Amino acid sequence: MENTHYIVALVEDRPGVMQRVSGLLRKRNFNIDSISVGATEIPGISRITMTVRGDRVTLEQVMKQLNKLIEVVKVSELNPRESVIRELALIKVNVKSEGARAEVVQYANIFRGRIVDVAKHSMVVEITGDEDKVQAFIELMRGYGIKEIARTGKTIMARGAKSVKLRE
Amino acid sequence: MRMKGAEAIVEALKREGVEVIFGIPGGASIPLYDELYDSEIRHILTRHEQGAAHAADGYARVLGKAGVCSATSGPGATNLTTGIATAYMDSSPVVAFTGQVATPFIGKDAFQETDVIGITMPITKHNFQIRDVAEIPEVIKKAFHIAQTGRPGPVLIDLPKDMQEGEAEVEFPDKVEIVGYKPTYEGHPRQIKAAAKAILEAERPVILAGGGVIISGASPELIELAELIMAPVVTTLMGKGSFPESHPLALGVLGMHGRKVANYAVTDADLIIAIGTRFSDRSTGMVSCFAPEARIIHIDIDPAEIGKNVRADIPVVGDAKRVLRQLNRTLKEMMAQAKTKAWVEKVQQWKKEFNPRMDYDDVPLKPHRVIKEIMDFLGEEDIVTTEVGQCQMWAHHYLGRSKPRTFISSGGLGTMGFGFPAAMGAKVAKPEAKVIDIAGDGSFLMNIQELATVVENNINVVVAVFDNRYLGMVRQWQELFYDRRYSAVNLGSSPDFVKVAEAFGAYGTRVEKPGEIRDALSEAFDAGKPAVIDFIIDRECNIFPMVPPGRCLKDIIE
Repeated sequence: MENTHYIVALVEDRPGVMQRVSGLLRKRNFNIDSISVGATEIPGISRITMTVRGDRVTLEQVMKQLNKLIEVVKVSELNPRESVIRELALIKVNVKSEGARAEVVQYANIFRGRIVDVAKHSMVVEITGDEDKVQAFIELMRGYGIKEIARTGKTIMARGAKSVKLRE
Repeated sequence: MRMKGAEAIVEALKREGVEVIFGIPGGASIPLYDELYDSEIRHILTRHEQGAAHAADGYARVLGKAGVCSATSGPGATNLTTGIATAYMDSSPVVAFTGQVATPFIGKDAFQETDVIGITMPITKHNFQIRDVAEIPEVIKKAFHIAQTGRPGPVLIDLPKDMQEGEAEVEFPDKVEIVGYKPTYEGHPRQIKAAAKAILEAERPVILAGGGVIISGASPELIELAELIMAPVVTTLMGKGSFPESHPLALGVLGMHGRKVANYAVTDADLIIAIGTRFSDRSTGMVSCFAPEARIIHIDIDPAEIGKNVRADIPVVGDAKRVLRQLNRTLKEMMAQAKTKAWVEKVQQWKKEFNPRMDYDDVPLKPHRVIKEIMDFLGEEDIVTTEVGQCQMWAHHYLGRSKPRTFISSGGLGTMGFGFPAAMGAKVAKPEAKVIDIAGDGSFLMNIQELATVVENNINVVVAVFDNRYLGMVRQWQELFYDRRYSAVNLGSSPDFVKVAEAFGAYGTRVEKPGEIRDALSEAFDAGKPAVIDFIIDRECNIFPMVPPGRCLKDIIE
């Protein structure tokens, strides 16, 4: 059965490591919905978060093939029900009237977003949350006219004591 | 100590025990070659970088240690890539060095610049670009370690020119730690037990031996296992030679052009013990009808191969040699009576019934006859390399081998032009052995320039050209599946291979009658120089048996 799987890889922070990972996924014909990368608590180690669509066999292959990359140190699958999944989006919205401006500020508050930039005819809203929440906010903003959207892609962390460590 | 980058490279190579490099210098690798000028490391100047890569690969496959090749930046590097991809598909430890433009020029589309790191990422086990002279010893140590351990494979090191010329304080480590690279060698005891139990329950077991058996040196353990449990053994193309084909339990090769008995046995088996094989489509035929009644034990050092192409009921991750030792020990402890007597008798019956005919007297020559004469001529330690196509499959099917590392062929990538430079590398690795390349005329032409290399360096290999003036395998498929529409397969009458050989300074001879084959082989091997034998074979002779693509192993055309 096709599902969305959340994979976290700890990788050595070297030039080309993202190309190795993304190239592998392409060459093996895997479907990736989202991929993001950032630093970790360990110097020299970065963390890549991927969402992969496929059945169990596909997921297993993705993880095994990733593990074969020399610069990939650790690969884990996280269960979305036991994890915090977040994405950050910056949305630049047209605000042609005072009324529109007030409404956007109100919506941003309801969604616990923040206004991070104000100009004469536009505002930038920063919103964080799971995919549904970010998507819902974007839909609301469409009525005002969206000038630009920048999304980070999803990142994920297990709740509680479990964590993705270099060695277990 | 303080030294130049190029000096550090050569010193590191010496410490790795490198005795020979196949390569061609160029603008971006002159500093390295300046250092090699004074070194004891032998450099063999090939005439095309593809030849260098295949020669290093052939050398590696014969010795089981890394073969080294070198090319300059840009076109030198891109010319290596077919050889690197060939080594990657067949898990061969090749270490390739490429020159690169100096670091300030990288990314500027400088003269002879190419992104060789990007180009070779999908076809190497790993690759490195030197960005600091001081890291050279460690990178080279890592490269050889990665290439030669676990599931072996090619590693490329890109050397910007300023890194070869620059000086630094360097230290040579005795070993390296790679945090993300820890191959598993020992089989898990629980899996070994499960495998042993399944083996003792089986009534119709078949052992399927792949290239991993040869790589890990597990042939003695494989023979012990087969005799212990009385199970017939089939091999893949890459596994040919891992089990003596003269052994009573040997059924030969399986697959698209495998032995009928091997394909029948696998299809009717109730247990497949697969060792060091990735279940290539050329070996399995259509997967859904591969060994339909069998449980499958899959032993492989690469966990990603388990369940990739064929389901595994009992996976064992580990090195073939160590796992087989564990398994044999466990089996001896548990040993019950093997229940395979009826099965072995049935298989032996098939083997007798399906034994292929080779003693044709026809003119033009039948390839089977030529293969038979070559097989009878060679000793068991001599080495056969092959090109790719019909010639390869005739050798695969008919030419029995009894020792590991004596049959060298491009299995995964199927690279035409591989066999001749690989033969050169094999002969350099093992000068006391006779080395013969089973070639087609189409394949031989793809790296024929290496005749100059073997002549200049007295590397006395023999090329047996199965000359049918066709791209024969494509023609065969067109005959069988495309209504004999022979599109772009006729190679015409050029060249005259005898004259070509002579022009290069090699020995050349032509054979048209079966009675002349043996003397021609003697004369070629005694010529005191490299030799080419032009065997004029039946133009439209096909390689049969054949399992059509996408069909089951038992659906054989004969």
